[in-house]
Amino acid sequence: MAELAGQIKRMNGGINQLLEQIFGFSRRCLFRVISMGPIPNHLAFIMDGNRRYAKKCGLEEGSGHKAGFSALMLMLQYCYELGIKYVTIYAFSIDNFRRQPEEVQCLMDLMLEKIKSLLEKESIVHQYGIRVYFIGNLALLNDQVRDAAEEVMKATAKNSRVVLLICIAYNSTDEILQAVKKSCINKLDNIEASGSYKHEDSDIEAKDMENQEKKIQLVDIEENMQMSVAPNPDILIRSSGETRLSNFLLWQTGNSQLCSPAALWPEIGLRHLVWAILNFQRSHSYLEKRKKQL
Amino acid sequence: MLSLRVPTPTSFRRLHAGRSRLSRDCLFSYSPSFVNRGVRLRVRSTKSEVVFTPTEEEEEVTLPEELQPELMPKHVAIIMDGNGRWAKNQGLQPWDGHRAGVEALKEIVELSGRWGIQVLTVFAFSTDNWIRPRIEIDFLFSLFERSLKSEFQNLAQNNVRISIIGDSSKLPKSLLRLINEGEEGTKNNKRLQLIVAVGYSGKYDVLQACRGIAQRVKDGEIDVDEIDEGLIEQELETNCTEFPYPDLLIRTSGELRVSNFLLWQLAYTELFFAQELWPDFGRSGYIEALMSFQQRQRRFGGRKS
Repeated sequence: MAELAGQIKRMNGGINQLLEQIFGFSRRCLFRVISMGPIPNHLAFIMDGNRRYAKKCGLEEGSGHKAGFSALMLMLQYCYELGIKYVTIYAFSIDNFRRQPEEVQCLMDLMLEKIKSLLEKESIVHQYGIRVYFIGNLALLNDQVRDAAEEVMKATAKNSRVVLLICIAYNSTDEILQAVKKSCINKLDNIEASGSYKHEDSDIEAKDMENQEKKIQLVDIEENMQMSVAPNPDILIRSSGETRLSNFLLWQTGNSQLCSPAALWPEIGLRHLVWAILNFQRSHSYLEKRKKQL
Repeated sequence: MLSLRVPTPTSFRRLHAGRSRLSRDCLFSYSPSFVNRGVRLRVRSTKSEVVFTPTEEEEEVTLPEELQPELMPKHVAIIMDGNGRWAKNQGLQPWDGHRAGVEALKEIVELSGRWGIQVLTVFAFSTDNWIRPRIEIDFLFSLFERSLKSEFQNLAQNNVRISIIGDSSKLPKSLLRLINEGEEGTKNNKRLQLIVAVGYSGKYDVLQACRGIAQRVKDGEIDVDEIDEGLIEQELETNCTEFPYPDLLIRTSGELRVSNFLLWQLAYTELFFAQELWPDFGRSGYIEALMSFQQRQRRFGGRKS
């Protein structure tokens, strides 16, 4: 009897494996077809709805975020298979510190566990050659999480196939504020260093140029943005159906396509990703034309 | 309260609003409609709170029943997209689309004032739009001038304050003069503030705020360490209003992008993407957008208990 049960179990396992292989094969065929059109270079995700998912499934607090992490790993795998080079995720906002201390602590513990797991040999970062950046006001994190994050950044610095940007203790307005501060400091230092030039009155053009150089330019702010290590996202996907940016990548998503599938983040799947990319492909040629004109 | 409706002979279009006493307790008021629907006459008791409002049909004086007054957004922003496509679909020239767009805007401004929205910001011309054909740009600016001239009286009477934001350095001088007159002439109006973004981009706004701050640091007015989000907010062009952050952003024509409009200010704004092209976006589209807004749960990064 036990032998029979064992045999059935092995058969089920075999069937599951077979199904997995069939799905994997179909998925790769689908990706080949999609890749005939333009593929986005950079995808950004707002992973919203973990807690609602836990409540919906009757799970305990914290399980929603764990399920969310699994969904994230799946999404990263799909992005890698599709050849998407940059992926940015909104892991923890500065605003989220205002939540209940128990929830914040639970999230910090989960993040510490998952960040450390990235350092393991079998982890996805080594499998796919991912370079990881942690973007945000890291000084707001506790020492353990910050140290783990810095260790991961150092360990993956040489990877170059795919780039994963994890926004943690991040707010777009905070990012812009820091960039504005740095630009002000740099400009003032430059002015002091160069001293003042004496121009002839007729040398108006040179004086105009000097005034222009003294003024802060857009590139000055942009090069001081933490997200300047990646190009702007082509698509921003926010799960759970909410249609707002929630202070995420405001500067970088000016021309990004915005998608808000109704699925909660742990429920996000292949079909949402494919739908977002197909929509992107529809408006891509028009946007490229506009970019060239600008 | 009695309400009469009379058709609009042309001479009535220039009629100024006014009130006169019929008796000790009764006021008789009349005003031209913003969109030439006719002249409304209204008699109301002075015992009730008498506040000057443009008069319309009875059912439109109050909010539509689908909307709840306590959940109305204070500040609505609109990206008026789709004029060109609308004109193409109708077999017309692009400027006909822009003309139709102005009419649609007039309707939305009127509805906003009536429904208690305090600030309405519209994206009229972006820095990216400078690449359009010169003939279209010239037409747009002359349309803007004509609209400002013809609507100035209406704005004044409807207690609408107009403000313009954006890089005005490339605008024609005649338009700039009209803008200044319009802003000056309506600056004390309190019912609705209409902010028109011309030559505007969100990045440009942050950049000019940054330059303003840098200048203040250079002049010794503030220290670098004192630069915070509040300071940037003060320097942004939306400092012309008490409510610089839109609660709701509507973009028409089905495009799912923000296109560099009000970058900093959109941090927590609810976004609504309408399928209709802008000239077709009227009362029903506006109600749909506002209803969607009222159903949203806004948490600002925290948790709803």
